[in-house]
Amino acid sequence: MGFRFEATLESRNFEVALELAPGQTLALLGPNGAGKSTLLSIIAGLLRPDSGSARIGERTLFDLDSTKPSWVAPHARGTVLLAQEPLLFPHLSVLENVAFGPRSTGTPAAEARSVARQWLASTDTGALESRRPGELSGGQAQRVAVARALAAAPDLLLLDEPMAALDIHAAPLMRRLLKHVLAGRSAIIITHDVLDALMLADSVVVMEGGRITEAGATREVLNRPRSRFAAGLSGLNLLTGTARAEGIETRYGHVSGISEGKLSPGDPAAAAFRPSAISVYLDPPHGSPRNLLAATITDLEPHGDAIRVRAGDLAADITPGALADLGLVPGMRAYFVLKATAVTIYAS
Amino acid sequence: MRRRSGTGYTAVPPWIYAFAAVGALFVMLPLVAMAVKINWAQFIPLITSESSLTALGLSLRTSAASTALCILLGIPLALVLARGDFPGQRVLRAFVLLPLVLPPVVGGIALLYTFGRQGLLGRSLELAGIQIAFSTTAVILAQTFVALPFLVVSLEGALRTAGGRYEAVAATLGARPTTVLRRVTLPLVLPGLASGAVLSFARSLGEFGATLTFAGSLQGVTRTLPLEIYLQRETDADAAVALSLVLVAVAVIVVALSYRAPRGRQAMAGAG
Amino acid sequence: MSFPGKSMATLVMAGALITSLAGCSAGTASDASSNPPDTGPTGSITVFAAASLKSTFTQLADNFEAGHPGTTVHLSFAGSSDLLTQITAGAPADVFASADTKNMSKLQDAGLVAGTPVDFATNTLQIAVPPSNPTSIASLADLAKPGLKLVICAPQVPCGAATETVEESAGVMLAPVSEESSVTDVLGKVTSGEADAGLVYVTDVLAAGDKVKGIEFPESSAAVNTYPIATVATSQNKELADAFIASALEPEGRKVLAAAGFGNPQG
Repeated sequence: MGFRFEATLESRNFEVALELAPGQTLALLGPNGAGKSTLLSIIAGLLRPDSGSARIGERTLFDLDSTKPSWVAPHARGTVLLAQEPLLFPHLSVLENVAFGPRSTGTPAAEARSVARQWLASTDTGALESRRPGELSGGQAQRVAVARALAAAPDLLLLDEPMAALDIHAAPLMRRLLKHVLAGRSAIIITHDVLDALMLADSVVVMEGGRITEAGATREVLNRPRSRFAAGLSGLNLLTGTARAEGIETRYGHVSGISEGKLSPGDPAAAAFRPSAISVYLDPPHGSPRNLLAATITDLEPHGDAIRVRAGDLAADITPGALADLGLVPGMRAYFVLKATAVTIYAS
Repeated sequence: MRRRSGTGYTAVPPWIYAFAAVGALFVMLPLVAMAVKINWAQFIPLITSESSLTALGLSLRTSAASTALCILLGIPLALVLARGDFPGQRVLRAFVLLPLVLPPVVGGIALLYTFGRQGLLGRSLELAGIQIAFSTTAVILAQTFVALPFLVVSLEGALRTAGGRYEAVAATLGARPTTVLRRVTLPLVLPGLASGAVLSFARSLGEFGATLTFAGSLQGVTRTLPLEIYLQRETDADAAVALSLVLVAVAVIVVALSYRAPRGRQAMAGAG
Repeated sequence: MSFPGKSMATLVMAGALITSLAGCSAGTASDASSNPPDTGPTGSITVFAAASLKSTFTQLADNFEAGHPGTTVHLSFAGSSDLLTQITAGAPADVFASADTKNMSKLQDAGLVAGTPVDFATNTLQIAVPPSNPTSIASLADLAKPGLKLVICAPQVPCGAATETVEESAGVMLAPVSEESSVTDVLGKVTSGEADAGLVYVTDVLAAGDKVKGIEFPESSAAVNTYPIATVATSQNKELADAFIASALEPEGRKVLAAAGFGNPQG
């Protein structure tokens, strides 16, 4: 059952269309306020757009564009929402929380509980079934919330940063659990973490300002980012510009690199390279065939065991020793130098 | 005063306590003064006289009935006010809260013109063979009229605090609106509902003006404890004071009960 | 906490304020008037009078002030027993006009009456019915008709005590639907059409104008209510208080009382 969606909501400057193949997981990336949660709310039926339609397979969730507009209520959509907070019903036991979905759709209580026990077992929370949500740790509660969401047998699972509120110990466990349960399941997951996108998602959509700015297979988007946001996620420097016979013309000047695919001069193109591939100099080195980007340093910050030197939208990683030798401070003019072989150029 | 160990910082200046003490005295002293006035030798006979017990029994029964009516009418009102989004919502809230500021006697007059024999609805009811004026039903209606805002305010606050997030989750899990109301919304606001009900009960118990105006005063039928106190005062001040103390005692118990409820809700909110 | 909340607390306080303001209407006799040119008592007094005397005493006070320049008469009306309670609690009253002898006796027992109370008016019961008299009431016996909605005063208050006396002497058993604690409440239920008939004083029937119809009945003579008036012992201006009482007993004063339906106890 594939999922097709398109909607506009003027009050939130939202205009999105996307498709999802059956059994695939889509990672939804983007800065805060990009409209990611709005998208999930519209799909779940909690927010009504101005226009648009959505279908899971042949089943219509809403269709506001036809002559007979339809709007299916949230409870009849088969789209379960799992949020950042578990939002387990505080007055119900863990078991009753997980049994809530099946019971709501008319499954007899005993059968619903047995379904719930199966999901508790597969999320490794079976021992908690008689506890109250208040007696669970954050990680336990979120795993129970996953069990509750899955027990409702959704056609499309909507996850809104399910790991954002978890501590660093609970997050890896949850990621493993999600990898397990999302396999072969139609799902959309909002995340800020590139690792989630790589591990859990088949494809990626980047949203900025209520619009989709980039979409594609996860590896493709992360390795060949076309948006600054995606580049930032994968830790790459991204320069956009126009293709030349040799390399690309950017606002830092001409950059040479290895071109991928066919690029005709004049095509819009992008160049990506790792911060660690950059060397920093105070004076332009002479007689070098390498790329030379003049920039003013804006920030210095620790990055792992290196120092990240930021100059506007460029980032370079150098060793603490090199920093000491150069005596870099923000405001200083410097030259970022990198080999052509470290730069990937592709159409954008 | 020395702070107990293990308590956190509070930003209350020490002199505030002096003013708070004055405020507390202002509320408590009249009660003490009344207790002092009591003819203790006659206390038990006075409060166990037939008319007193009848009045107390009637008060408890009618207050319980009006509380039930408040719950029945108040839950939908509070839900609509807290969750709804429609034109006239603010006006509706203002009207629902109006009995709080209306002198009760005005409420009584208004009810008279609604349910009385010559009233807006009373005329039709009379034709249907239902007579409300001078009946215990009239007492319950008067009490409900003045007590309803307490329940609505209490419950609306609880609903707003609980927020709509649990309800949204329940809906996406497949629960119809009625199921959400029954299994999520109401259980979540139960402490708020309970304290609202207790306050309504207390208000019903103390209702006087609207009852006197609308329902009349007849032993065992419409003469509740406040009306009995008012009447006893004409001839037997001792009895009036003794009965007042009974009413104070019942009210204190009821209000104390209502203060237990909010703590329960905090525990619940902390869990979620 | 889920207690009413701030806005409601404000409302409740506002309500309390309104009530307390309303309770302040009874003025106190502390006006310091300047010396008038003519002789006779001057200054101001406060008259505590039974609620049923409201219109007559307002008129009497106006007449008195007109006839005695430089004097001010403050009036406070309430139920006789309320007034009694207020005076014994130290309220600054100079004259007490009671609707019954019982409350006056209580004030005497408390040692708060200067001189001897004088009976200045009488009042008798009348049947009050809606103007159209839909249930065709013509006599006291008619009030015992089954299904009739009758409202009377509770025995604890003067009009109720009078009603009880009339019942006993006439040998009629009344089955009221309500026993009110004031004449006003009885009258209110008749004028609003809730009750078919009520037993109130003739003065109340007259005061209600054409909103009710009064029906005299001979048995009312069994309970003639007498209104005594006296100067309060703690009065700061007994001379003026006495003068006011005297004015109520003079022919001019009698006329005002008679117009309102009060009888003359002196015959």
